[in-house]
Amino acid sequence: MPVDFMYPEYEIARNDSRCIRCRVCERQCANEVHSYEESGNFMLSDESKCVNCHRCVSLCPTRALKIVKSDHCFKENANWNQAAIKEIYKQSGSGGVLLSSMGNPERYPVYWDKMLINASQVTNPSIDPLREPMETKVFLGKKPERIERGPDGSLRNNLTPQLELAMPVMFSAMSYGSISYNAHESLARASRELGIFYNTGEGGLHEDFYQYGENTIVQVASGRFGVHREYLEAGAAIEIKMGQGAKPGIGGHLPGEKIVGDISKTRMIPEGSDAISPAPHHDIYSIEDLRQLVFSLKEATQYKKPVIVKVAAVHNIAAIASGIARSGADIIAIDGFRGGTGAAPTRIRDNVGIPIELALASVDARLRDEGIRNNVSLVAGGSIRNSADVVKAIALGADAVYIATGALLALGCHLCRSCQSGKCNWGIATQRPELVKRLNPDMGFRRLVNLLTAWNHEIKELMGGMGINSIEALKGNRLMLRGTGLNENELGILGISHAGE
Amino acid sequence: MKRVYVNEKWCLGCRLCEYNCAFANTGERNMALALRNLEISPRIRIEEGSDICFAVSCRHCEEPLCVKGCITGALSIEDGIIMVDEDKCVSCYTCILSCPYGAVSPSEHGAVQKCELCVKNRSGAPACVAGCPNGAIVYEER
Ligand code: SF4
Ligand code: SF4
Ligand code: SF4
Ligand code: SF4
Repeated sequence: MPVDFMYPEYEIARNDSRCIRCRVCERQCANEVHSYEESGNFMLSDESKCVNCHRCVSLCPTRALKIVKSDHCFKENANWNQAAIKEIYKQSGSGGVLLSSMGNPERYPVYWDKMLINASQVTNPSIDPLREPMETKVFLGKKPERIERGPDGSLRNNLTPQLELAMPVMFSAMSYGSISYNAHESLARASRELGIFYNTGEGGLHEDFYQYGENTIVQVASGRFGVHREYLEAGAAIEIKMGQGAKPGIGGHLPGEKIVGDISKTRMIPEGSDAISPAPHHDIYSIEDLRQLVFSLKEATQYKKPVIVKVAAVHNIAAIASGIARSGADIIAIDGFRGGTGAAPTRIRDNVGIPIELALASVDARLRDEGIRNNVSLVAGGSIRNSADVVKAIALGADAVYIATGALLALGCHLCRSCQSGKCNWGIATQRPELVKRLNPDMGFRRLVNLLTAWNHEIKELMGGMGINSIEALKGNRLMLRGTGLNENELGILGISHAGE
Repeated sequence: MKRVYVNEKWCLGCRLCEYNCAFANTGERNMALALRNLEISPRIRIEEGSDICFAVSCRHCEEPLCVKGCITGALSIEDGIIMVDEDKCVSCYTCILSCPYGAVSPSEHGAVQKCELCVKNRSGAPACVAGCPNGAIVYEER
């Protein structure tokens, strides 16, 4: 028998003088960590099953619980750290690829945290957003090259279809299947209330959500699941997913167990069959091929909807974006390497792709240099954590940002990063009815609306401080940013000066 | 009149409402102190079937059978809320037999107990509603 016992990562610290044996923790943990011992009237815990999701901690009425990191340790080793050793044990036991979920948690630089925002003093007045109008509305889509006039001198409308956002934030793609019906409903209702958009991901659109079509971006990915004419027509825009920041270069796999009921119907695949999205689109091997798909989708929807092309931030992102900007796409969405996922091979999530900050800056610069920046709008995603990140992204050249992990946190996610297990205790990344019902969309949608309303206030405050009263004037305004602790190269790519300069 | 309503679609069967009710009616300041080593007897109870569960408490009926049946006048309607006067109750349990919702129960000290919408205890407003994590019980006008 191989000896592969691994001491659990977390321990359940139950303060027995507070525990009233209500067994709420036991009922709420889908991982079956807690149990009640009738004979002795005490609670037991099996910490080896705990994923540290805090469901029990949040619901324990007497605050008797906390989850602590185990202090059980290996001999200190800066190279062979605990995680590295444990992964070897795991793989030598299983022979399998390591799976993870949510975004890259490793210690790579977070450039947002190395950039500082400007404010006005003395010579240029700041603006008080509570007293003066402040515009955070943005339009996404191709902008016309020139003003055109008719023979009588009147303005000719030469605008291509645009997405109108009340604030420069959208919910990025999360498929029905990877997240629950109630999570989707929360996102859809919040988008409508906020005047922004959410994104179906590649799982199709549940028939109940067609009513939110005006606030929906429908995605077409390599698996083409759930794509049909009404689906394309239901959304306000169509997104072609070429890649995802969490797993650039590979496709997706939703296991057959999750393809049940409405999910199989929505994806248009038989119940129990694996939903495998190939790594590439099998009809796209060049920018010309991409152009064909862009125009097929436009043709199918009578040129009434903007088309977004979403790509992962990878090494040659500027050249790739330049190609996409010439493909007829209206919007490019770039997903940085810290973007989330419902499941990805750990090695890919943690080692492939580049930070969104660098990708965004270099794409914006490249498109400007080539004189094609107005061909497309840019949407940046991949771990936008707060309103300051939004402001920095816009100053680096984004027209809007995509958020997903932040939205899930608002819905209750505690980033335990075990979405791949399908047993999300917060009712988000699961299809088990008894867990899905834990997310009441009446509460979920309100929390999303609260979050983005708060961000919008903060964005206005930050803009006002800079003396800027419209988001348009902040766009690509890199003079509003300064770097700290960055080297020449990094500053050069970000196109910003060092603080103090 | 505002009443406590249940929405079984969102009830998780976590039973926090039962514990919040029991605690609110102890009058203690700390739940751990109040409920440790105590078998609780809440005024709201979770009914559970195969895949459904919901909370049941007094409906504060417009024509309450419990009040009609009470032989001593211990039960009365005050501003629409059905109240118990513990001093008058002789523990005949006629009300327990007549309540179609099973919302009246014997208390530890003999007299009957039932939901009084927390108006008489420290909570002041329904503690079950305030503590429900999923909006499955609400206190509202309908
Ligand atoms: S939820 Fe808290 S009080 Fe209730 S049994 Fe668990 S640890 Fe004890
Ligand atoms: S898995 Fe979540 S609910 Fe279960 S014991 Fe751990 S933290 Fe608590
Ligand atoms: S507290 Fe709410 S969710 Fe929990 S059992 Fe009571 S009614 Fe149901
Ligand atoms: S209103 Fe108060 S007394 Fe009535 S069931 Fe709820 S917690 Fe218990």
